[in-house]
Amino acid sequence: MRNLVEAAGFPQNPPREPGTAAAGSRAIPLIPAKTSKIPDRAFAVAMLGCGVSLLAVVVLIVIELVMKSGLSLHAFGWHFFTTSNWDPVAGDFGALPFIYGTLLSSLEALVIAIPLSIGVAVFITEMCPRPLRGTLSFMTELLAAIPSVVYGLWAIFVLAPLLRAHVQPWLAKYFGWTGLFSGPPFGIGMLAAGVILAIMIVPIIASITREVLTAVPQQQREAVLALGATRWEMIRVGVLRNARTGIVGAIILGLGRALGETMAVTMVIGNTPQIAKSLFAPGYSMASVIANEFTEATGDLYLSALIEIGLGLFLVTIVVNILAGLLVWSVTRGTPARVRA
Amino acid sequence: MPDEPITSKAVAGGPAQGGPQRSPAQQRFVDLRRTILDRFATGFAVLMAVCVVAPLLAVFGYLVVRGVGSLNLAFFTHLPVPVGEQGGGVANAIVGSVMILAIASVIGVPLGIGSGIYLAEYGRGTFAALLRFTADVLNGVPSIVIGIVAYALVVIPQKHFSALSGGVALGIMMIPTITRATEEVLLLVPLAVREAAWGLGVARWRATLSVTLRTASAGVITAVMLAFARIAGETAPLLFTAFGNQFWNFNPNQPTAALPLQLFVYAISPFDEWHRLAWACALVLIVLLVGAVTAVRLAARRGVFQGAS
Repeated sequence: MRNLVEAAGFPQNPPREPGTAAAGSRAIPLIPAKTSKIPDRAFAVAMLGCGVSLLAVVVLIVIELVMKSGLSLHAFGWHFFTTSNWDPVAGDFGALPFIYGTLLSSLEALVIAIPLSIGVAVFITEMCPRPLRGTLSFMTELLAAIPSVVYGLWAIFVLAPLLRAHVQPWLAKYFGWTGLFSGPPFGIGMLAAGVILAIMIVPIIASITREVLTAVPQQQREAVLALGATRWEMIRVGVLRNARTGIVGAIILGLGRALGETMAVTMVIGNTPQIAKSLFAPGYSMASVIANEFTEATGDLYLSALIEIGLGLFLVTIVVNILAGLLVWSVTRGTPARVRA
Repeated sequence: MPDEPITSKAVAGGPAQGGPQRSPAQQRFVDLRRTILDRFATGFAVLMAVCVVAPLLAVFGYLVVRGVGSLNLAFFTHLPVPVGEQGGGVANAIVGSVMILAIASVIGVPLGIGSGIYLAEYGRGTFAALLRFTADVLNGVPSIVIGIVAYALVVIPQKHFSALSGGVALGIMMIPTITRATEEVLLLVPLAVREAAWGLGVARWRATLSVTLRTASAGVITAVMLAFARIAGETAPLLFTAFGNQFWNFNPNQPTAALPLQLFVYAISPFDEWHRLAWACALVLIVLLVGAVTAVRLAARRGVFQGAS
């Protein structure tokens, strides 16, 4: 307590008259000679103003997106999201290939990232020797700090050639019959986009899963161990089962990030507006079409169509994030609102 | 934390349970199976941890190997050169990034800390809950959408791209991160500290700024640095706000180059010389980001910021 007061800048000695500044320590006295309610009110209002700015920004985002995409909303209506013709020359726009690309690449990313991130979270919280724990958490956090565009650069020059030379021929040979891995291996394409997205969302899912696992009471673990369980049985019954709602929340939060991810995906997805079943084929995502074509959009309708894609992306990520937030919150805050699986 | 009843059924084959009696041979088999499964699960978790760390090492390894060879003094002091010429640098992009990040910080830091203070010190009831929710929503909005909004708000009325619009986009992205982190660290300051200040007759606003905020300054500075690190590498919102520039520009109202933008342009180009510059840009960006984040972590842990304000 004393330390805190000292750190907070209170003079430690000697007792002095209220209203007089400690000589030489600071110019403005901490305790004013006469008190007035006005500065307090003004301060509260100013802070409230800062808070309201948050609300204002979100409202502005909605207003601007809806207004600026009005032309396209009016021209195409709901068909915009269900037709797949993207022809800027003819002025005909349909966003389906981009929606498909966004969903497919995010799904791929989830399939790869879920076992990885849950595995690493379990390892860090339940198995890892203490000295290694901090290092490993720090490394996963570093992964989150690398900018998207740097991941993209790495994906173009390292990941894509690796996929083309080694992974794709192997996949085509053994899993070509599924139809998912057919066609010429370019390296660049849906598969590369999914893999780089997976690498990018692992730290998010892993760090939240770790938080959720840490929130599971120690007694749960001890109780299961006391029944004679092995460590894996303890983790499965005592930890994962209790934390599953939060883990699902973490996964959905990762999904939200994957859906809106722009640069890395733009650099490796291939940027071709088509709906192909094969993961080797190039595709396009909602965020990348905005990134690539926004500054080149000729004509108001074209620009408006791109902004409408942005509006769609905004709405989807909001819904996904709210859902995830509720799930994580229900575990870490200890409320009974829990989905029984 | 929801507690689920643990039944002996959950621990299949565990010794401390009723049920049918097993012969010693059967029990040995069950035990062996459980041990193998346990080893397998452990191995799986270790493998996953290795798989997560591997890309990190691969990214850093390539950055260092390819980047260091491409770095030279000209990289930091020269303008970009046209295709076909050797050499050149990104000096204008470094200056542009500094300018854009400065504008972003001027917008994002005060608003973020202010709303954090509001939520921690005054935030009760539905409205505060709504603000918290809004901050989380804003945190989840894809950066490219923020870029569109900055384009609509700043670029369209001005009719030209500018560092200002880029700064607005990045500044908006800083606010929610700083808000939530500031609120969190302010709430960690014990109520007794505030009460001590009030008890001495300190005005409430003064107590908040000079006592509560100051006590939590280490956490607040960490929050600001993390938000800063997050936006420093952002590229998507700059594509159609700051736009990029091949030449020097010190006017915040003109199109401006930025390091991540330049990196993007170089990376997707078909020229080897530009690829070299892209790796160099990436290395510089990463060294700055990771350096900043690590330095702040270490400094905060050692309590360097205690009492600094």
